Amino acid sequence: MSFNRREFLKLSSAGIIIGSFPCIAFASNELIPKKGQRVVVVGGGFGGATAAKYLRMWSNNKIEVVLVERNSVFISCPMSNTVLGGTRTIADLTQNYDTLKSKYGVNLVQVEVTAIDPEKKTVMLANGHLTYDRLIISPGIDFMFDKVEGLSAKVTDESIPHAWKAGAQTTMLRKQLEAMPDGGTFVMSIPAAPYRCPPGPYERSCQVASYLKTNKPKSKVIILDANPDITSKKGLFTAAWKELYPGMVEYRNSSNVIQVDAGTKTVKTEVDSIKADVLNIIPPMKAGAVANMAGVVGADGRWCAVDFLSYESKVHKNIHVIGDAVSAALPKSGHMATAQAKICAAAVIEMLSGNPPDQNPTVSNTCYSMVSNNEAVHVANVFRFNAEKQAMVSTDGGGVSASRSELEGTYAGFWLKNIMSDVLL
Amino acid sequence: MKIIMQQIAVISCAITIPLIAACATPTVDKHSRNLAASCAACHGTNGRSNGGPPVLAGLEKSYFITQMMSMKSGTRPTTVMGKHAKGYSDEEIAMLADFYSAQKP
Repeated sequence: MSFNRREFLKLSSAGIIIGSFPCIAFASNELIPKKGQRVVVVGGGFGGATAAKYLRMWSNNKIEVVLVERNSVFISCPMSNTVLGGTRTIADLTQNYDTLKSKYGVNLVQVEVTAIDPEKKTVMLANGHLTYDRLIISPGIDFMFDKVEGLSAKVTDESIPHAWKAGAQTTMLRKQLEAMPDGGTFVMSIPAAPYRCPPGPYERSCQVASYLKTNKPKSKVIILDANPDITSKKGLFTAAWKELYPGMVEYRNSSNVIQVDAGTKTVKTEVDSIKADVLNIIPPMKAGAVANMAGVVGADGRWCAVDFLSYESKVHKNIHVIGDAVSAALPKSGHMATAQAKICAAAVIEMLSGNPPDQNPTVSNTCYSMVSNNEAVHVANVFRFNAEKQAMVSTDGGGVSASRSELEGTYAGFWLKNIMSDVLL
Repeated sequence: MKIIMQQIAVISCAITIPLIAACATPTVDKHSRNLAASCAACHGTNGRSNGGPPVLAGLEKSYFITQMMSMKSGTRPTTVMGKHAKGYSDEEIAMLADFYSAQKP
């Protein structure tokens, strides 16, 4: 059985108080009675949903899997920039979790996690708790709003969207572009690396420029990049700006945003002040809050250190971390999250049987960027485990597209279809 | 009582043998399976592509190896796949071929 937020509020208003303090919450009910070995997965994105499915598949349905996800549906952030360009809507990127439940027998609990007790191996939820043998968290990213004066979750929801978690903010940003006058200025800021999806902001600049070129050709795109240079596919993006959107895109490196005025849409860097018609601040990022609850965030206060054979946290045994939250030289991409999820699932199954995990994990990553309505570019690499460095290292032979093409544009569409199917169906 | 126990034993065997047969799967080499796992993003779960990149499930083993080796060497021109083929050793390519040839398309 599964509770949703509405049912929880009904219970609360009836006077049944469920606290978030571990001692009170522990007196609360085990949400699903635990029979055999159980893995709880927190986060139903590219990483978590994949981990849930593959745990079931590869254990021949022997391991009970409970997937805790606060949203009712899955929305792909990869390719969501095309909503800004106009070739997709958020509906095109949305998929429910029904098949994970019906075909793979994943238990889905739609609720927020309030606390995690690594000693008691318990996840506390708004409406009860779940004990686990092993916990996999795939919490994605959260934003460090305190790094930009004037920015907050409320401001991004209401007027200055980051749209770096696909959904309502993506649609809002598209509507803001539609309402912008011809000759207006779209200003986008990029945080210092590492951040989710290195090429994503540059793809966004192309998608916005593509929309503006057709509909509001006197408009401009200004990029304030905190990084000293373009962090991904540089030659391909600069060629796209020059050849597809000449005179429209202004790129400023080493421009770190420190303040925002939501009312006037004015953004300040250390040296400059710019007034935008549409303002898109992509804030600095860190591991999603559930990582802090689990106590697995590293000394840097941002990312989680893991063992790369199993993704087990270096801080707490029996807790595994996958996806963007992991501290690694691996790209923070949806594809990488699914690849890590599978290594993690395989390892967890072995470890639950008292066996060591696969000692030679190898993953491939392909990341497409749509530089226009129908052309794309890619970066592709294979990474393998290096025992000496205790890290995943890129192999030789990888790289980027020779040039953009419509063929790659079609490949990007098939990538989306196949990966969403691999994650959820 | 003995006859009943024998009957129960026979019935139990009759039930369990089909169950075991239904549950039995060919031994999966887990390392090959794990190697192949990240290919699913473009080629679908277990290589059952939903369109675009080819179906890998059920591909004849020697064909898989020939194609991967020619993409690895550059003899077969590629857009993306050459970069992946170059990332795997010849032994790993053979293991991937083994895995995919055993998958149901």
